[in-house]
Amino acid sequence: MKLQIFLYALWGFLWAGYFALDGLDFGVGVLFAVLGRGSAERRLMLNSIGPVWNGNEVWLLGAGAITFAAFPAAYASIFSSFYLLFVILVGALILRGVVFEFRGSLQSAGWTGIWDAAFTLGSIIPAFLFGIVFGNIFRGLAMGSGGFQGSFLSFFNPYSLLTGVLFLALFSYHGAVWLAAKTGGGMQRKAESAAVAGWFVLLAVCAVFAVYTGYDTRMFDNYVNHPAWWLVPALLVVSLAASGYFLLRRQNLAAFLASGLTVALTVFFGIVGLYPDLLPSRTDGRYSVTLANAAASDYALWLMAGLLVIFLPLIIGYQLWVYGLFRGRLLEEEVAADEDAY
Amino acid sequence: MNPLELSRLQFAATTMFHFIFVPLILGLSVIVAIMETRYVRTGDRLYLRMTKFWGRLFLINFALGVVTGLFLEFQFGTNWADFSRYAGDIFGAPLAIESLMTFFLESSFIGIWVLGWNRVSRRLHLFAAWMLVFGANLSALWILLANSWMQHPVGEVVSAGRVRMVDFMAFFTNLYGWLKFFHTMFSGFVVAAFFVAGISAYHLLKRREREFFMKSFRIAAVFALVSSVLVFLVGDEHAYEVAQTQPSKLAAMESVWETQQPAAYNLLEIPYPDHNRNLVQTLSIPWGLSLLATHSFDGKVTGMNDIPPNDRPSVLPVFISFRLMVGLGMLFMLLGLAAVYFVRKPGLPERRWFLRIMLLALPLPYVACELGWIVAEVGRQPWIVYGLFRTADGVSPNISTAQALISLLGLGAIYLGLTITDVYLLTKFAKKGPDKDLSRIISPENLWSGR
Ligand code: HDD
Ligand code: HEM
Ligand code: HEM
Repeated sequence: MKLQIFLYALWGFLWAGYFALDGLDFGVGVLFAVLGRGSAERRLMLNSIGPVWNGNEVWLLGAGAITFAAFPAAYASIFSSFYLLFVILVGALILRGVVFEFRGSLQSAGWTGIWDAAFTLGSIIPAFLFGIVFGNIFRGLAMGSGGFQGSFLSFFNPYSLLTGVLFLALFSYHGAVWLAAKTGGGMQRKAESAAVAGWFVLLAVCAVFAVYTGYDTRMFDNYVNHPAWWLVPALLVVSLAASGYFLLRRQNLAAFLASGLTVALTVFFGIVGLYPDLLPSRTDGRYSVTLANAAASDYALWLMAGLLVIFLPLIIGYQLWVYGLFRGRLLEEEVAADEDAY
Repeated sequence: MNPLELSRLQFAATTMFHFIFVPLILGLSVIVAIMETRYVRTGDRLYLRMTKFWGRLFLINFALGVVTGLFLEFQFGTNWADFSRYAGDIFGAPLAIESLMTFFLESSFIGIWVLGWNRVSRRLHLFAAWMLVFGANLSALWILLANSWMQHPVGEVVSAGRVRMVDFMAFFTNLYGWLKFFHTMFSGFVVAAFFVAGISAYHLLKRREREFFMKSFRIAAVFALVSSVLVFLVGDEHAYEVAQTQPSKLAAMESVWETQQPAAYNLLEIPYPDHNRNLVQTLSIPWGLSLLATHSFDGKVTGMNDIPPNDRPSVLPVFISFRLMVGLGMLFMLLGLAAVYFVRKPGLPERRWFLRIMLLALPLPYVACELGWIVAEVGRQPWIVYGLFRTADGVSPNISTAQALISLLGLGAIYLGLTITDVYLLTKFAKKGPDKDLSRIISPENLWSGR
């Protein structure tokens, strides 16, 4: 049982890591058309995440694959229940993924226009749909003996829509702070003002979300039963406040790190509230997919635990190293002069 | 069509698209890394230009390799939920290992390789190139071990209607998997070799950049010969392993209907599946099939008629694909040999007929790869896990025909559109030829001019 809980925590960690990292790419994509006026600015935005976006995205593959290996029944239920949502979501990610290589390959306005649209949609759609998916997981699905029994439209309920908005707000803020920390010149200033505005929006959405979560889900039960667990939402509030504070003092890097923490803790808030379910049933608790009924054999879990304990530190290490190699503010002129830039 | 048929079609379509891009990643990464190594060791700028030119094509191809893989990672869950429930205990592990060991590696070093020319030292840059080679091929190993477990399950027990992993080492040392890995890796090298040779031939025919493309062609020729021989040798072993583990697939590959001992190899065969026999079988080599399938003169080869009807794969696609793949394999060895022969003699650029053949041969290794997968996967039917679990039992119970149809059409459209765009870009940049001006490629302070 301890082993299962350990993997549950790592499972949460992978999702938190994914959203904290790819969230900034989504944010840049959401702001792409808003802040990026003209080709030079857009190229700057794209190249600010150029060397790292792929590394951020693979956290999703890690999270998905660990779900499969450690909780096969959860992997099966979650991905088949949300079938079309995932197809659309991944379809959008696919479009985003080719933008970097394709966009700069031909010099024509029509061509660039197509990939600009692909980048915008390829960021907004996944960000929002991940919110829809997690909102429904937090809330529980209509599950019967044969698995999910609801319709496609039932995924779009007020709570999941709100979660979608929350994810969009979180990632947009995260992306704005990233641009504020990572770029210089006019883009930096624009991003700073966008981030300040975004912070207030985010605060409001978070407040509504917290209240509605109490009303429409059972997630707070865990917190009521285990008071120590309030630490997670408490830290969440602190990190959000810290991010705003650093932003006002124009310590943008610190603000960015804090907003990454905010994203990760938001995910953890959900995972902790969910425990011990992976996909709760809203209609009948017997049909929930839980830690106990979805976990793989102990043998497989030990293998996965060993794998994660060895490889996660390594991965984090060399990903940090890559961020370090490409540190420093990026400028429009630099991008324009660099033949290799996207 | 029902969700099962649509899911099968979707799986076939999406993986086959993925495998248009994968082999070139496996092989071209090696060729580019060799070119960059030469540049770093000698300072010869021609090799830097080669690295940049072939690297550009590598990257365009790589982008599609990555995005076509994305959905595959989730497709076991979306469309094959019952298979995932059944097999996840052992089948999920290699996927997780693949993600954590290789996708992370690959995605980090690709950033350095693309954008790091003016940021990191040339040695670190070269290191990134080799890490790409290592990551790509290691990723192939793990996914192929997963696939090989479906072909020849080892290391598990079945309890309570599900598979449990009991012996990871048995899984990891599955001979089937290692043969599959080496066969697939070398087939990727063949694809890359003919890719480089074909494009070089194109430019030599146009009489452009002679030195550049002669050198490229020379590397490709050696690669083509060595790897096509290796593909053949490993492929032969692989066929033997298939014969040992999957008699029904072997019967389909060779269109054997009656059990024979010893079995002859028929050079010309026309199957007649409706009547459970061959319409034509002639030009026989006595003991030939026994030798291939059992490595002995009088080994027994089971015929399709001795396999229960509901355990039989469909013969025609497997048989035709196998014959064509092997035929192409022979052709590649011949072409590889000829290419090595001609580059050693002066006057290759004037042998225009041969250059034209090499240009025309460019797509053939791709075809051979897809055919190989048809042999492997269609020949495995009706099992999703050979001998244990049927494909029909693996499909997700809660997806509807409409959903499966929408996803098939939607994903098909995206994959097709992106593939066409990608091939267009590849053609465009391949035709354009290398950059002349090195200073546009790389800043002066990072140029290394050798001894
Ligand atoms: C350049 C590509 C290429 C070439 C020339 C060949 N193959 Fe191949 N073959 C592949 C590319 C490939 C592949 C794409 O890599 C496959 C698909 C699945 C696999 O394991 O490798 C494959 C599969 C495959 C299989 C089925 C494996 C299974 O059922 O699991 C067999 C028995 C062979 N090959 C044998 C051969 C032989 C005897 C060849 C003689 C020359 C040959 N192949 C040439
Ligand atoms: C990338 C190269 C691959 C290609 C081109 C390929 C091709 C195919 C084809 C044509 C089918 C349909 C067979 C049929 O329904 O008659 C299929 C099915 C399938 N393959 Fe593969 N395959 C590839 C790799 C893999 C790998 C690496 C795995 C596992 C890790 C895998 C797992 C499956 C599964 C689960 C199915 C669906 C069930 C079935 O129809 O058997 N495939 N594949
Ligand atoms: C059906 C099974 C398969 C699945 C689920 C799968 C999954 C994936 C995924 C998710 C990616 C993208 C990784 C990224 O974002 O960086 C990818 C890329 C790749 N795949 Fe596949 N793949 C499959 C079959 C294969 C096969 C059969 C091979 C080789 C023999 C292969 C080799 C590669 C390579 C070399 C890359 C690009 C390099 C990389 O990113 O590591 N894949 N695959």
